[in-house]
Amino acid sequence: MRAKIIPLFFWLLPLAFLAVFYFYPLGSILALSFSRGESWLQPFVDVLGNRGLRGVLGFTFWQAALSTLVTLAVGLPAAYLAARHHFRGKSLLRALSGVPFVLPTLVVAAAFDALLGPRGWVNLSATNLFGLDNPPLQFVNTFGAILVAHVFYNLTIVLRLVGDFWARLSPRIEQAASSLGATPWQVFRKVTLPMISPALTAAALLVFIFDFTSFGVILVLGGPRFATLETEIYYQTVALFDLPTAGALALIQLLCTLALTILYTRLSARLSRPLELRAPQAVAQRFATRRAKWAASAFLILLAIFFAAPLGGLALRSISRVGAERGQIAAQPGLTLDYYLALGEDPHGNVFFASPGEAIRTSLLYAGATVALALAIGLPAAWALARRRDALLSRLLDPLLMLPLGTSAVTLGLGFVVALNSPPLDLRTSPVLVPLAHSLVALPFVVRSLTPALRSIRPRLRQAAAVLGAAPAQVLRHIDLPLVGRALLVAATFAFAISLGEFGATALIARPEFPTIPVLIYRLLAQPGAATYGQAMALSTILMLLAGGGMLAIEKLRVAEIGEF
Amino acid sequence: MKVLKKALLLVVLVGLAGCAPTESGGAPRTLTVMTHDSFAVSEEVVAGFEAEHNADVVFLKLGDAGEATNRAVLSAEAPLADVFYGVDNTFLSRALDGDIFEAYASPLLAGIPDEFELDPEHRALPVDYGDVCLNYDLAYFDEHNLAPPATLENLLKPEYKGLLVVQNPATSSPGLAFLLATIGHFGEDGYLAFWEGLVANEVSVVNDWETAFYTEYSRWGGERPIVVSYASSPPVDLIFAEEPMDAPVTAAVVADESCFRQIEFVGILKGTQQRDLAEAWVDFMLSPTFQEDLPLQMFVFPVSPDAQLPAEFVDFLVEPQETAFVSPQDIAGHREEWIQAWTNTVLR
Repeated sequence: MRAKIIPLFFWLLPLAFLAVFYFYPLGSILALSFSRGESWLQPFVDVLGNRGLRGVLGFTFWQAALSTLVTLAVGLPAAYLAARHHFRGKSLLRALSGVPFVLPTLVVAAAFDALLGPRGWVNLSATNLFGLDNPPLQFVNTFGAILVAHVFYNLTIVLRLVGDFWARLSPRIEQAASSLGATPWQVFRKVTLPMISPALTAAALLVFIFDFTSFGVILVLGGPRFATLETEIYYQTVALFDLPTAGALALIQLLCTLALTILYTRLSARLSRPLELRAPQAVAQRFATRRAKWAASAFLILLAIFFAAPLGGLALRSISRVGAERGQIAAQPGLTLDYYLALGEDPHGNVFFASPGEAIRTSLLYAGATVALALAIGLPAAWALARRRDALLSRLLDPLLMLPLGTSAVTLGLGFVVALNSPPLDLRTSPVLVPLAHSLVALPFVVRSLTPALRSIRPRLRQAAAVLGAAPAQVLRHIDLPLVGRALLVAATFAFAISLGEFGATALIARPEFPTIPVLIYRLLAQPGAATYGQAMALSTILMLLAGGGMLAIEKLRVAEIGEF
Repeated sequence: MKVLKKALLLVVLVGLAGCAPTESGGAPRTLTVMTHDSFAVSEEVVAGFEAEHNADVVFLKLGDAGEATNRAVLSAEAPLADVFYGVDNTFLSRALDGDIFEAYASPLLAGIPDEFELDPEHRALPVDYGDVCLNYDLAYFDEHNLAPPATLENLLKPEYKGLLVVQNPATSSPGLAFLLATIGHFGEDGYLAFWEGLVANEVSVVNDWETAFYTEYSRWGGERPIVVSYASSPPVDLIFAEEPMDAPVTAAVVADESCFRQIEFVGILKGTQQRDLAEAWVDFMLSPTFQEDLPLQMFVFPVSPDAQLPAEFVDFLVEPQETAFVSPQDIAGHREEWIQAWTNTVLR
């Protein structure tokens, strides 16, 4: 009897949360959307019968698949090196790779533009060096830009999810395989890959869904020739107000996410197995040859440049005056802190003015609430998934947790307006909606970070503790928590980063007195003028430092507080 | 059942926490104004209204003009606010068809030119306008000893090949406005031929104003010296310059029918519990105090001819005499078809 009640109990909070803040609003807006058309079926017939929209669907899959492959191809070696080798600046690289995750698309676009744009330094040096007439590299508005930006944004998911899992795997099986004569490739293929596959599939799924529902990257970096389901839903909703078509597209997007997640669930249930976990210190290896060491160093340096160059360019832009190179504006070239100072002033007395300090406070407040909420809801869910993965309930409910990530932000935003409209649920204008919406996005990350770790705890450890007289709470405290402490911090980091950088959901929450940093950046970017542009870059740099600092702090915390075993 | 109860309890608690600060008002009445993300107003202007009417004004920002209009229409049964400001003439039909406004013939309408009053029933009252026009980089044309384009037709000349950047009308409000300018000017039969000519002359298309202005436009380090922006951009550029400048570095093309006028409206939302206060706010938006605050806060122009423009604006402003016109009904009826035709011509 008890055995049946426990999983239900674990599911209670996550399910209630999703029911009220996800399924109810989403269901309401979809029902309303389809009621505006002739029949439920007609919009789907129209969408699938439309060659343009079929093309959008195909492109959405294609770019997401390719982006995910490239992200994994770059991310796996990085994860391996981070997991199995000591090198200087490892924490820094991890933090650096996490920074893009929180940056608004327009800012990332600006960062790449400063680097690779028609007058970015790559093109400028090339034209100067080779005496070319035109910039040789076209970046903005290309498919390549979409790929690069997706890797830039999502690499950290692979690095953290796979790298952290890998770092705990005992190398003994690999060593045994080697000593029995397996080639390094055979060891990787037959031993390592199966062992890391739970984390690998989880990371691949998250990256794919992120790329699949990509909006800002497609719009700003891809340009007008590319459309994904998410950008098409925005166009159908906002430009055309064709809610039945938008609803059909949103549902198709959702079903794709659901299908993928079910596939993942099946796969991961088969893949995951109890493993022997070790402290990372114990699995660290030395490079076998000098050549291996050089290759690894070169790869890591390139990776660091990939992250540091655009981000550094952005920071540089925030302290340098524009127009210097054009020589038209009466400005002295050189460095300045003016943009930072100007952030605190408002010469025109706008009623919505918020100083960067206030925005930082608001952002941190929301981020803190999101971490707490997402962990409070995600932990029991991950728990239930890990312990009772054979239970029918878990198998049915697991994919549901992923859905918010695959849901169009435009659609869900309208859902909040339509559904949460009467007391006690009239939250449409409440600031509380911000951490709630952020937690919806963060939840899949929390669950995906925690479940592989929880699953790989050997049941025998728990049984042994129980046999020796430990109460369930004691088992939790002394066995499970120490073993998943690291995953818990990964989960917290993601929730923190998602909240800090989230713009879509923040923008649909209507209270302008409490802007977050990304909202403030967009406000600045939407105004013409050199001064406001510089201020936007300054604020982006602050966001960058905040995100990087936050992640570094969590890295330190990990070593100090939780303590590896 | 237990699940539901817990959920409700959670929701009630969360709801209470969220509502507490706004509802503990006391004596002043609360007026809620919903608007778009670009809305801005001076603190003392709002304070003046609040003092005069013993009111607290709460603003809700609900996305861009299109998104805000959608939310107003979809929340018609339980309105989010008393007043909605910010629907423009490209979305006006959607708001009127959605039947979200109560008519209000403000006495102040008498002083406002008829050309701005697009809704004869006074459900939506004009507040401000802005003209979407071509901007060009004065220094570029100076350096290259080239005369800047004076009309839309000029853009087809070979000397302007590869110089123009526009925004996608499907994703950008100035982009749509510029498409409408070409439709108003060349007519429904002629605009696509013009765009074919622009494609032959290597027009560049980006999705948003920010990219066009800050990445592509030569004034900001891009390669193209002609960009779709606003007639107010040259003076605004000066006001927000890093260092004081004596003369603008950007100019607008203001030939007849080369610009499209975006007009923004305010309306009282159906179902308001305080019609008198809502009327007072609408009157306030049309009064000189608010009208004169508009240019430096939102870079748009007051519809009231009595409102004084700030000196910085007047000195460097060149306004179009006659803008291209397309009615809100036509825009609503043909938007999809026009954008689709444009997409097929320009992007495919």
